[in-house]
Amino acid sequence: MSISKQIVDDFVANDIAFVTTVPCKQLGGVIEEVEARPEIYHIPSNKEDEGMGLCAGAYMGGKRPAIIMQNTAIGVTINTLVTLTQFYRMPLPMLISFRGELMEPVACQAEMAIHTKPLLQQLGIPTYHFHKQDDVRELDAILKYTFMSSKPVAILTDATFWGGY
Amino acid sequence: MIRSEILREIAPILRDQLVVCNIGLPSQELHMIDDQPTNFYMLGTMGLASSIGLGLALSQPKTVVVIDGDGSVLTNLGTLPTIANNVADNYILLIVDNGSYGSTGDQPTYAGKKTSLAKVAEACGCENVVECRAEETGEVLQKAIDGRKMTVIVCKCESGNVKVPVITKDPVVIRDRFMQAVAS
Repeated sequence: MSISKQIVDDFVANDIAFVTTVPCKQLGGVIEEVEARPEIYHIPSNKEDEGMGLCAGAYMGGKRPAIIMQNTAIGVTINTLVTLTQFYRMPLPMLISFRGELMEPVACQAEMAIHTKPLLQQLGIPTYHFHKQDDVRELDAILKYTFMSSKPVAILTDATFWGGY
Repeated sequence: MIRSEILREIAPILRDQLVVCNIGLPSQELHMIDDQPTNFYMLGTMGLASSIGLGLALSQPKTVVVIDGDGSVLTNLGTLPTIANNVADNYILLIVDNGSYGSTGDQPTYAGKKTSLAKVAEACGCENVVECRAEETGEVLQKAIDGRKMTVIVCKCESGNVKVPVITKDPVVIRDRFMQAVAS
C-alpha cells in the first residue's frame, strides 16, 4: 500500500471529513488521494491561513478537519495558529511537507527548514517528525492525540520519508 | 448610515441565523446590540471571517451569515475564489463596505477608491452578487436568506464608529456556546 493511501486511510478512520490543502511537490500523492475519497470534502485553499479559517468553521460545524501544507506555511500562519486555533482551543492536524532537509535540491528551502522546528516549539505545538517510512505507523495515534487534546499538531514529513524527490 | 446603525437594523434578522462576525468593532457592536449564542465573535485573526463561515456552511445545513468588512476581505482576497468554487447555498457573505479600516481609525481602503469588491467577487466566479445601499441591507439580506442561494452582498455605507466596550468573554466560552447553538 502506498504511504499516501495509508495516511488518508488513517484520516478516514479518525473521522476526518474536511481537508484543505495547499500544494507541495512532495504532497502531490496524498492530495490526489484526499481528492479521491468520497468520505472527505476536499477544499483547496489559496493560502494556508485561509485554510485554517475554513478548518475552524468546519470543526464548529461538526466535521473533523485537517490541513495539508508545506513547512514554509508556518511563516504564513503563526498569527492564525495563535489567535484562532489555539486561542479558541480547536484541534487541527497539520500534515506538513518538511522541505529543506536532506536531499533538498532548492537552496532557499533550507532557510525555512532551519526555522521550522524552533517556531513550532516556540508556539507550543506538539510536533512529530516522520523520517523513515515506518514512522507513518504513529499517525493514527497522533490524530487521536490531536482531537483528544484540542490542539494544533504538526506532522513533519521529510524527503527521506517520501522516498526522495 | 454607518455600520453600527446597519447592525442595529438587521439584528432581528440575524437573531435566527448562525452569524460569524468580523474582528474588532463589528463584533463588539453586534455583541453590544444583540448578543446571541448563535453569534461567533472573532477576537483576532483579521480576514478570516468569510473562511470560517464557509467551512461552517459546508459542514452543516443551517444558514450562515458572515458579517465582514471591506478591509478584511481585501486582507484575505483569496477567499472569494474559494467561496465561488465551493458553493454552499446556506452561505451569505455580507460585506459592510464603508471604504475604511474602521477598527484602526478609519484609514481609507482601496475598496473606497477604485476597487469594486462586487466586481471582484463576480470575476472570482461568485454567482449571486448584490451591491446595495446601507438602507436596503435588511431587505436584501432577508431575500438572500429566503432564496437559499449562496449570496455575496456588498453593502455600501458611511465610515464611522460608535463607542463600544471590548468583548471580555473567554474565547473558549464563545466557541463552546456557539457550537452548542450550531448543534441544537
